[in-house]
This record gives sequence, structure tokens and C-alpha cells, in this order.
Amino acid sequence: MSDIAARQRLYRRSRSSIFHGFDPILTAAVGLLLLMGTLLVYAATRDWYARNGLDPQYYLKRHVINIAIGALLAYGTTVVDYRLLRAYTPIVWGLGVIGLIIVLIPGLGSEVNGAKAWIALPGGFQIQPAELAKISIIIGMSMILSERTHDSDEPTSRDVLQALVIAAVPVIFILLQPDMGTVFIISASVVTIIAVSGSPTKWVIGLLIIAVLGVFVATKSGVISDYQVKRLQTFVDPTADSQGTGYQLRQARITVGSGGLIGTGLFNGPQTNGRFVPEQQTDFIFTVAGEELGFLGSGFIIFLYFVVLMRAFSIARRTNDPFGRLVTTGVIAWLAFQLFENIGMTLGLMPMTGVPLPFISYGGSSMFATLIGFGLLQNVHARSRG
Amino acid sequence: MNVRSRLSLLVVQILIFSLLTALLGRLFYLQIAAGPKYRDAALSIQSRDVVAPATRGLIVDSSGVPLALNKVGLAITINRITIDKQPDQGVAVMQRVAKLLKLKYSDVYTNTRLCGELPKGQRAGCWTGSRYQPIPITREADPDIALQIVERSDEFPGVDAQPVAIRNYPELAGVNAAHVLGYVGPLTEEDLLSTNGKQYFRSESIGKTGLEIQYDSYLRGTPGIRTLIVDRKEAITSESKNTKPIQGDHLVTSLDVRLQASAEKALADAVKRGRANGYTSDSGAAVVMDIRTGRILALASYPTYDPNLFEKGLTVQQASDLFSEKKAVPALNRALQGLFAPASTFKSVSVVAAASAGYDLNASYNCPSEVQVGNRAFQNFDSRDQGRMSLKKAIAVSCDTLWYQIAFDEWLRDGGLRPKSNLNDYFFKAAQSFHIPEKVGIDLPSESTSRLADRAYKKSWYQQNKDFYCNYKTRASKSQQTAFLIQLAAENCVDGDKIRAGDAVNFSIGQGDTVVTPLKLTQMYAAIANGGTIWQALVGKAIVKTDGTVVKTMDPQKLGTLNAAPSTLNFLKGALREVVVSGTAAGAFVGFPIEVSGKTGTGQVFGRNLNGSLKDDTSWFASFAPSNKPRYAVVMMVGQGGFGASTSGVGVRHIYETLFGVKGNKVIPDAAIFPTGKPPKELPKISPTTKPKETP
Repeated sequence: MSDIAARQRLYRRSRSSIFHGFDPILTAAVGLLLLMGTLLVYAATRDWYARNGLDPQYYLKRHVINIAIGALLAYGTTVVDYRLLRAYTPIVWGLGVIGLIIVLIPGLGSEVNGAKAWIALPGGFQIQPAELAKISIIIGMSMILSERTHDSDEPTSRDVLQALVIAAVPVIFILLQPDMGTVFIISASVVTIIAVSGSPTKWVIGLLIIAVLGVFVATKSGVISDYQVKRLQTFVDPTADSQGTGYQLRQARITVGSGGLIGTGLFNGPQTNGRFVPEQQTDFIFTVAGEELGFLGSGFIIFLYFVVLMRAFSIARRTNDPFGRLVTTGVIAWLAFQLFENIGMTLGLMPMTGVPLPFISYGGSSMFATLIGFGLLQNVHARSRG
Repeated sequence: MNVRSRLSLLVVQILIFSLLTALLGRLFYLQIAAGPKYRDAALSIQSRDVVAPATRGLIVDSSGVPLALNKVGLAITINRITIDKQPDQGVAVMQRVAKLLKLKYSDVYTNTRLCGELPKGQRAGCWTGSRYQPIPITREADPDIALQIVERSDEFPGVDAQPVAIRNYPELAGVNAAHVLGYVGPLTEEDLLSTNGKQYFRSESIGKTGLEIQYDSYLRGTPGIRTLIVDRKEAITSESKNTKPIQGDHLVTSLDVRLQASAEKALADAVKRGRANGYTSDSGAAVVMDIRTGRILALASYPTYDPNLFEKGLTVQQASDLFSEKKAVPALNRALQGLFAPASTFKSVSVVAAASAGYDLNASYNCPSEVQVGNRAFQNFDSRDQGRMSLKKAIAVSCDTLWYQIAFDEWLRDGGLRPKSNLNDYFFKAAQSFHIPEKVGIDLPSESTSRLADRAYKKSWYQQNKDFYCNYKTRASKSQQTAFLIQLAAENCVDGDKIRAGDAVNFSIGQGDTVVTPLKLTQMYAAIANGGTIWQALVGKAIVKTDGTVVKTMDPQKLGTLNAAPSTLNFLKGALREVVVSGTAAGAFVGFPIEVSGKTGTGQVFGRNLNGSLKDDTSWFASFAPSNKPRYAVVMMVGQGGFGASTSGVGVRHIYETLFGVKGNKVIPDAAIFPTGKPPKELPKISPTTKPKETP
């Protein structure tokens, strides 16, 4: 079949229905996650805002707006011909890097919780370039590793090196913020993409060793051990670090654990309403699910992620297009490791780093990025039928 | 897709699904397996209990006269939540309060701090309750000052005056009874950590000693609890529980305020009398017991203290005086914590021993000036040779040498230093049947166990001290290295585990290592008087609810029976009557219209006082009355009080005067404490306004 004919048919199909080509199960699962996220963001903020004389729907409204914008982005990403995507990728990548440089410049970037990760925009909005950088890295690497300028079916070491440079430039700037959580997620995605691209095994093993060493060095240099020390102090003397990391992690575990099987009911969590867990509409939103929805509700969220990832793996397998497969793999690794890092931190399995929970946490940049990621999955899915 | 890619994808998939499974597993652990633990933790984070203390139950005497009640005081309280919101954190307000109440600002500051807010070592006076509770600065404020604070509320934000219940010991009829009643005080960390600490709430007052602590669980009631749900900023978001306080139950005791007051006065007078006669007289105890039931009708200890001070606020000086050796440790309840050699009062036990050994109680015996026991001569009291006399007369005049002879003879018969296998041990067995080495079981804390210096005691004593005596020269201090003490140590090392002749002889007249509490001696004389029943002693009679329902009655248990023939007891009663008629106590009871039986005791004490003087004798008088139909046992002891009769005997007479309504040498039946001749059986009506009966 000729390329032109295929493109014509695609064009026709995409015009016949705006939802044509969407994976219904994937879409339903993401939709449910977005719905639960909306309720949880509202539950996390309404009581406190109402009691302090503020608009109890402040966060709810903004969250719904974020989802609406994100949905448009997802739709755009789905229907756009991904050749166009490839054309725009260098620009997105370049903008991401510039953004990452800007946040490091004093006066331009705003610092939240010790990390310079945001650019403040007029109207109280902020953008987080690192979120956009994730997408540009995934697409950029997939591009290089899937394009064959030679006869070989597999990427050469030269391709791998090029791809690594694509990833390394933004990662270095993110390390400077510092945002260890995002670095961890990007690293996991990079290794996954390279592994699935069919690159030489030595690269995969080498990168895994570097990753392990990296974690080891980070631990020894105090990024993680520091919080453990603090957590221990908090355990011995509750007043020692009353607002620090130990306190937050302990509060998070208590809040989740107190939910039990069925939880206290939405909007009825005393821990949530008392705001004993900080950042509970963003990084610690899973505590709200844990307390108010219990094991059934929060387990259901994990189940929905399981469905999303199942569908994504199936898309990666079915597509004939190497680029699409690598993009899908990258998005899978990104979402999976980000949700593992976030929920793992809440449950005390992972050290504390500030990464949002995909599709659920409040926050524009993250919501846009994850919905674009969702759009990428749909895009590949739609294409794989042709 | 090549094979390697496919494989890689599969590996990634397995890895990611493993991670999700790990999350699910961890979630299960936190919420289901450890859920209850975290729910408790969450509850303690979210909830704050505000405690409304329950009104404490009354303690009344057997006719319903209150010994302990609750007075309305005016508490000036400071609300931390309000004053902390002041721009200066309430400094100015606290300064104004301090000035108005004539207190030091630093005290007000400390009183209103939670203990955790103050550095360690500076926490004395800190608030042990919660921040949400108005914190009392004083509980007995002047109403005028309270009014000023309420009227000028703009000047005193967060300061309030409200009536509170404070424990009060009204001292009706002049009664003190501090050692029986005890007192209440704020809960301490130790109380909270103790085994029953869970039932307490921080800011509560609880019984600290005496009946107040013994029956605390009934008296305390159940405090009202408001559980508030708070947020991270400690702002109240809702109320999850609100229970009203339930008033504590009342305690009816067998005491009588007038008799108790009289016993206290008689004891204090006896101490004064002892001092007037040149004795140190530093302490004393008096006990009145109903011999048919074991119930305590009065129990006094000297020196005493004011239990009301604890609610007023004890100064550091007052607190240290309570346990000061110089002040003879007023906190100690001598009646049940003081151990003294019973001296001649113990001859009642020796009579029982002699009777069981087959001595003819109606025969005549020699009372020489001394008895040779081994190589040592044991002197009679004052070394007087009183010639031959009946046993009854010997008890009356308190002959010692007669007992030396009998005890020595019996000791020899039991094998002396080489005890036979089938020991008679008449003296030890008689003493054991009086239950001496057992507690009287009184419902007051920290009763001391009396000590019987029998063979078992000697053995255990030797085990503990063998090392010291066998290495005396190296172990003992320089001042202890006298020839006599070294000789004694050598003897103790060789046969310290044996009853020696001297031990046996001393035992028969209540000297040596045998020591009893005044309460134990009362129990023993009650048993002689009632025909041989050893009663448990009790002060509490019943726990009664505010509506009059009886929750619980306390009835003394029969702890045992004297192993003595009725004829022996009859002889003993007669002999004890003779003591008062013609013997050592005749002078103390001359012209007394009620027949009293008793025994004097003058116990030698070894050692020196703080000022270096030798310790004076213990003065005892143990008795019961009326002689023909006994109802009451009365015992008085004055530590370092000198002679039994003149110090304690006269004191006991004063107690009997009140008990029987004796004025001059006449009995006025209506003036008796119990006009029917026996303590009331029925429980009284309880009202805080009941007044003691006026004596005509």
C-alpha cells in the first residue's frame, strides 16, 4: 500500500469521528483516573479553604480547567500525523531546554520546596519545563533510535550515543534544580527505550550499572540518608522535625493506614480535612484516596493504572512502526515509574521526592504532559490499525 | 520487531507489573494488616480531650458526718488559646493577673506553660493538662478580685473566674485524721505510667495517700470528656464525643469524728505529758477498734499535718517538712507503719505460752530481783525482788524475772543451743497464733508487717548478716570496734542463726527483735477480749452512690483464731483487769467508773536521737473495755514517751472518757459516743451539711 493512500485513508477516518481511533478501554481508564483525581483534589482542599474563608472550589475549578486544556492537547496529539510530531520535536526539545535554563536563573525561576522547577507566568500560573522535557526526550530518542540511515535493523552504538545526548542535556539542568524524582523517572525511561529499541546489549547493561551506581552515590551523598536521619529523629522526639520530611512521611503513612478497608468516605477524612499531610492536593494526593476511600478505593486507582499500562503494552506490541513502539515504551516507563515513585513515597517504600501522580495530582504542567503522553499512546494505537 | 526487542518489552512489562503488585501489597499491609494501629495514631493526632473533672465522693464517719467534702472555690483560669493570640503572647495580661492576685509573674508564666514547652529542669509548676483547657492559676480566689476580672474582661482577655470544686477536710469537731484520710493532688507522670494509669486523664486530681488513694476508683467518679477534632493549626473542626461527668461515690467509714478528735487530742496530750516528764516523746499512735467486728473507730498518729494544705498549694518548706527527720516525719502513719518492741504488753502472749506448756496459772511463782541465764544475770524491772506471788499478781505488777525463768527453762527443754527435732516452742507458737508476722489487712496504704523473732526469723537474719559479723573487723566502722561489739559479732558469727538463751528470755517480755505496729497490738488485744478471733482491721464500711444505693460493703474478714483455751483467756482477762485495779495502771485509772482491762508496756529502745541523746523508752498501753462484756480495744503508744502507765495509760483513759461519756467520775449515758453501747450497724444518710452530735 502506498504511503499516500494510507495517509488519505487516515485523513478520512479522522474526519468521520473525532473519537475514531481512540482505544476505548484505555480512554475509559484514564477518564476514571481523571474523575477520581478531580474528586480527590476537591476533597483535599475544600474543607480547609472553606474554614479559612477562601473559595472552597478554588482548586477544583482550576483542576477542571487544567483537565480541559490537557484534553485538548491530548486530542491534538492523537489526531496529528506523527510525522508532524517528529518535525516539531526539535522545537519542543529546544524550548524545554531553554525553559530548564530559565528556571535556574535567579529572578526568573521560582523556588518551591527547595527546587527551582517553575517559571511563574502572569495570572498566578506556573509552568514546569521539566514536564515538557520528558516528552521531548521520549520523542527525540525514539526518533533517533528508529530512523535507519544504514542497512542494519538495529541501532548502532553511534545512534545510542546520539540518543543519550538528547536525554543528557535536559537531565543535567534538572539535576541542577535539583529534582531527583524527575531525574529518576527520565533515567528509567531512557534505559527502557534503549533496551526495547534493540540496541546492543552492552549499552543496556552498562546504563543499568550506571543507574545503580547513581542511586548508590545519591544515597551516600546524603540525598536520601538525610531524610532517613530526620525520620529517625522524628520518631524519637516528635518535636525535633515537626514540619520536615520525617513528619510528612509519617503523617502520610498514618493517613493512608487509618483509612482501613473502606475509608472514612469522600470529604470525611479528619486527617485530610485537618491538613496534617502537606502538599496533599499535589504530591501526597494518594493519602486522600487512602484515608477517604480506603483499601478498596485506593486499590482501585492502582488497578486503573494497571489497565492503562496493560493497554499501552498491547499498543506497543501491535504497532509495526518502530518509532511508535519506542514512543509508547517511553511513555509506559515514564508513567509507570512516576506513579511508582509517587505512591511508593506515600506508602513509605520510596524516598521523598516531589513528583506528581499521573492523571490525578493537581498541577497544570504535569496534567498537560501526562495527557499529551496519553495522546501519544492513542496516536500510535490509531496508526497501528493501518 | 526483533526477538531482543520483544524480550526487552516483556522484561519491562514484568518489572512494571511487579512494582504495581508491590504497591498493592504495601497498601494492603498499611490499611488492612496495620490499619488499627494507624487508626489509633491518626486519632491521637486529630483529637484533643477536654476533661471536666467529676465531683469527688464524700468521706463520712459512721453517723454521716463528713470527714472530706468538696468546697466551692473560685478558680481564676487563663485560656492559652486566647492569650497566645495577643500580639505579645499574653505577657501584659499575665502581668496584670499576677499583680491582681499578688503572685509573681514568673509563677503565672510557668503555671500556664505545658510541661513540654519548658526546658527540662525548669518544669516545676508547669501545667500537666491540655492546652484547650482553661488553666487554673488559683483555686481559692477572693470573690472581689474575681469580680474585677470578670467585669474588666477587655483588660483580661482569656482570663476567667469560675467556681470549682476543691477537696476540703472540714475538721468538724476538731478532727484532723490526716493519716487516715490522706489527701488529693494533681496527677503525676508516674501515676500515668503506673499499671492503672490508663484510666486517668491528665489534669485530674487523684487520691495520693490514705483512704483517698485506697478508694480512689470509687471516690473519683468519671470525668466528663469532650473530644475535639482539630486540624494542623490546632483549630477545632468538630466535636466527636461529649460525655457529662459522673459524680464519685461516697465512702462511709467506721470512724466517729468526735471519738477520732478525742483520740487525737488524748495522743497529743500524752506526748506533752511525756515531754513534761523529761522524755523525748517524738511520736505516737492511738487506735480504737470494735473488738466484735475489727472495725476501726478512731486511728491517730502523731505528729500530723494539715491535709487542706495540698489543695491550697504546698510551699516548698511545707513539703519538705512532711518527710523531715527533725520534725519526726509527720507523713508517717505510726499506727500502721511504726514498728516498736511491744515490751510488757507482750506478756499476754507469754501467759498463753505458759498455759500451753502446762504451767498452773493459779499457782504462785517467784519474782526475784534477777535470774541467772547462762553466764549473764537478767534483772527484774528496777532490779526489785518482789517475792513469791500469784501469776495474776505478777501480771498486774509486771514482773519480768518470772518470765525469764519460764522462758529459760522451756528453752533448755527444747535443747538450748542444740534444738531438738520435736520442738515445743510454746512461746513462738503462742505468738504465731496471734498472727504477729502478718499484716492486719487494713484498707490503708503501706502497712508495715510486724516482726516475730522466732527461729525462722533468726535463720533468715543470719543469712543476711553472716558475712558482716564474720568479717566484722574489716566491715564495721571504726566507732563500732569496741570490745563488747567485737565479742557480740564473734558470737553472732558462730551461732547467729540459733535462738540463744538471751533471745528466748527477752522474747518472753516483748523485747529483742520482735516489733509490732500499734495496730497489730490492737488486733491482738481485741482477740483476747473477744474470745480469740483475729479480725482484719477496716476503716471503710461501704461505698454508697449519691442516690443512696449501696455499691459495695466492706466487711472485715476473720483472719484466724487464737490457739488458747477459754480458761486461759478468762485468766488473762482477769489478770489484765487486775493491772488496772491494783497493778501498774491503777494510778492512771483511779476512780474511773468504767471497768477497763489492760497492760502497760515500757519498751527499751537502743540507739541515739539526732541530737546525740540516748533514745527513751516506748510507752505502751493496750486495753479493752468494759471488762465484763468487752466491746472496744484501745491502744496507745508514745515513742520515747517513758512509762507505759503515766504517758499512754492516762491517754487511753481520756479516750475511754469520751467513748463512754464519763464526766469526772460519773457516766453520762447520753454523752457516750455510742449511747446504745455499740457502733451503728446501719449506714447513715449522707449529706455534706451533717453536723456532729453535740455532747451534753
